[in-house]
Amino acid sequence: MSATSLSGITEGFLKTDLLVKRFDGVAAVDEVSLSINKGEIFALLGSSGCGKSTLLRMLAGFETPTSGSVVLDGVNIAAMPPYERPINMMFQSYALFPHLNIWDNIAFGLKREGMPKAEMVARVDEMLNLVQLQAFAKRKPHQLSGGQQQRVALARSLAKKPQLLLLDEPLAALDKKLRQRTQFELVNILESVGVTCVMVTHDQEEAMAMASRIAVMSHGRVLQVGTPKEIYEYPNCRFVADFIGNVNLFEGSLSLDEADRCEVTTEHGVVNVGHAIDGVRSGALGMAAAVAVRPEKIHLSKDQPAGVAVNLFIGKVKEIAYFGSYNTFIIEMKGGRTVKVTETNMTRHESTVITWGDPIFFWWDDTAPVVLTQ
Amino acid sequence: MSRLFKHLQNKLGRRFVIGVPYVWLLVFFVLPFLILLRISVTDMGSGIDPFAPLLDTSGGSWRLVLKLQNYLSVFTDAGPGNTIYVDAYKTSLKYALLTTLFCLVVGYPFAYFLARAKASIRPALLMLVMLPFWTSFLLRVYAWKGILADQGVLNNLLLWLGIINQPLVMLYTDVSMLVGMTYVYLPFMILPLYANLVKMDVRLLEAAHDLGASAWKAFWLVTVPLSKSGIVAGCMLVFIPAVGEFVIPSLLGGAENIMIGRVVWDEMFSSNNWPRAASVSVVMIVVILLPLAWYYRRTSGHLDR
Amino acid sequence: MKAISRFIEKNASHAWLGAVYLFLYIPLFFLIVFSFNSTRQDGVFTGFSLRWYAALLDDSRLVEGFFLSLKVALLTGTLSVILGSFAAFVLVRYTRFSGRTLFYGLVKAPLVMPEVIIGMSLLLLMVAVQRAIGWPDRGFITIVLGHTLLGMAYATIVIESRLSEMDRSIEEAAMDLGCRPMQVFFLVTLPNIAPALVSSWLLSFTLSFDDVVISEFLSGPGVTTLPQVIFSYARRGVNPSIYAAATLLIAAVSLGIIAYSVAMLRHQKRIDRDIRQAAL
Repeated sequence: MSATSLSGITEGFLKTDLLVKRFDGVAAVDEVSLSINKGEIFALLGSSGCGKSTLLRMLAGFETPTSGSVVLDGVNIAAMPPYERPINMMFQSYALFPHLNIWDNIAFGLKREGMPKAEMVARVDEMLNLVQLQAFAKRKPHQLSGGQQQRVALARSLAKKPQLLLLDEPLAALDKKLRQRTQFELVNILESVGVTCVMVTHDQEEAMAMASRIAVMSHGRVLQVGTPKEIYEYPNCRFVADFIGNVNLFEGSLSLDEADRCEVTTEHGVVNVGHAIDGVRSGALGMAAAVAVRPEKIHLSKDQPAGVAVNLFIGKVKEIAYFGSYNTFIIEMKGGRTVKVTETNMTRHESTVITWGDPIFFWWDDTAPVVLTQ
Repeated sequence: MSRLFKHLQNKLGRRFVIGVPYVWLLVFFVLPFLILLRISVTDMGSGIDPFAPLLDTSGGSWRLVLKLQNYLSVFTDAGPGNTIYVDAYKTSLKYALLTTLFCLVVGYPFAYFLARAKASIRPALLMLVMLPFWTSFLLRVYAWKGILADQGVLNNLLLWLGIINQPLVMLYTDVSMLVGMTYVYLPFMILPLYANLVKMDVRLLEAAHDLGASAWKAFWLVTVPLSKSGIVAGCMLVFIPAVGEFVIPSLLGGAENIMIGRVVWDEMFSSNNWPRAASVSVVMIVVILLPLAWYYRRTSGHLDR
Repeated sequence: MKAISRFIEKNASHAWLGAVYLFLYIPLFFLIVFSFNSTRQDGVFTGFSLRWYAALLDDSRLVEGFFLSLKVALLTGTLSVILGSFAAFVLVRYTRFSGRTLFYGLVKAPLVMPEVIIGMSLLLLMVAVQRAIGWPDRGFITIVLGHTLLGMAYATIVIESRLSEMDRSIEEAAMDLGCRPMQVFFLVTLPNIAPALVSSWLLSFTLSFDDVVISEFLSGPGVTTLPQVIFSYARRGVNPSIYAAATLLIAAVSLGIIAYSVAMLRHQKRIDRDIRQAAL
């Protein structure tokens, strides 16, 4: 069932090399080089205007690159028109043909390639089964709900067994509850089919939940490529650290730089880090560096915690928000700087007595922070 | 090689799609106007040729024969009455303006109420407005002849009701002209106005009320300015064709309401003076061109971006 | 006083709408009623009679004119839609090419030009061409050409409106699934603008069927359209056969429009119902 590769390439199944797209002199995509492996679900993540959609459209063939190459399974496809590429796309608006019923929508691409009738019927049935819409074959798109339309769009884009599947904000049109459920369903279907996917999204939760690797983009450039965990726990720059999830960033200067630990002096004190600095290998002492600490890695206590020697700070509780499964605290430090801390609600009963205005201690392990120089 | 061919195909396809209507328009719209211009500066021809050649090649040399006299006579010549052409222009402009005014006064409230009507009956109401439009306009104008005649329905009704003692002379006067013109052009005013008003956000009015404006004030300060483009569109669609209107004056107008359309017609078919007709037309076009150009500037300013 | 003004406010809309509708329909009522008049008089309804309908059928000029107008209108409608589609496509899809503003102006201009000018300038063209190559003689072809010029402008507006509303991503989807550009047009674009094509056909058909001025300028001996016949009768005086013809036309058009509206309404209701059901 998996998409066949003619050349047997798995790593770097899809490669872009210094891909550039300019509109009126402005680079929407600025020298993007990616290497995407066969069978993986790869996400392009970024806020609007970062160039991810343009990049996707270049892969689909709706935009011609200004320079650079796109190589799929060893074949340079940059100059190919969309109808010749072994690539199919699932559109954000689904783009189902309103004048055709579901069956004809799915069969559309198969008819264009001249598939014999018997084979076509079998393939369409296979697709309908895949998305569980067998009973709806004769309906027209407007007779289906949003979630069902999405599944038809998926089935249609998989019908031709493309070598690469492109997904343009696949879950953007669904409401939150449906979205969470569909995320898993979608991934299951894609993995069972085994097709290589590139998806575009601005929703980090979506990217983290669905993709095996993510490329974080900003202003036409790729800032970091990695697995969801790598992106989250090992961001390589302030932008990525800030973009994914929540983070507390402390600016300071590098006061100690060793192979297995370092220290950054900030205005609130010294931060001890139990590993070498991330990103740039050699840092000069005194260079500007930022410490990034995720809110869930910070501990809170009204009383001075025993046995904590480093990375201990004092503040006052400014805000508390209850989110059901976790609490968020905003702690105000001397000078007005605030720190965000989240704590999971492990018990049902009121165990914490922290309230507004309380002076509070907070600290983190020396494995928690990430030192960033970019 | 095949890529080159494909590239050509796409370019060719595009050229073809642009080319077909463009050529059609150039041949059947621009070319005739050029000929019109050319004719307007020539003389009445002799024999079967209704107009003399532009270039006089007799005597071995080229001479450009331009009879600008045609244009001068438009402004100075006296027909049976004095300066018949200038009068005709003035009459045309007068009636066109009056028609536009009446259409606006009658049509704006209509469009407004239509836009405010319940959404479920609006399609039916719209259909009712459009239905007369789909029946022959000629026949409907013809009907007004019968209605407004001295022995016609309206007079008989008024006589019967005792409102008047003698039949009012309405046919072949300003009254019948304006009634006919307004009648025919009203839908052209209503539709753009309606299209504009129906899209207006009601919440803006609510905001105005919230800020203390009375219904009347809100109407003048909010609704009307927002519907400006609809008003302009409606006025353009009424005024410009009304200037050259021919059928209505012929059927409902009198001897004193000769409009420019009629003048052109008479010159063409009665006097067979094609050059004269052409020059009158060119002046008419110029008169019309000014508001038209202004309108295009307003609406197509955003086109080329 | 306040009660009166409030009364006026509440009923102003009904009153105004009603008055204008009355104004719009008075001639239609007049035509229908007096087509059954037993005498020629316009002012008084003397009795019920079908004589004018009989006279109508006997009037060969009217009947011939009717069939000619029909033929002209059919051809005009079709040509207008074809040309209008091209023009609409150019206006909506091709946003950058030299001469676009001119094109836009040329396409829309016939809408606002007085017909006298259009008729006249086209006549001059026809005469010039005829002198040069001996064709065409003024008649059927020339009238169709003139009507199409006008019809095309209207068709372009209608089709352009629908085309610009259409979701373009379905065309991209078609290309993505293997359609070449031409196929995209015929398999996807065309079916989705079909309603606009139909209504613009009807519009140009009606305009052509109804046209007097352009027909007068461009017709030749022996070629007289129905409006031309009616116009010549109208200038001479009252002829109630015209009323009979008018009534038939009104009946036909009304039935057509009502049938169309009802069908549209029902179709729309069904779609709404489907959408609601699907959401459950």
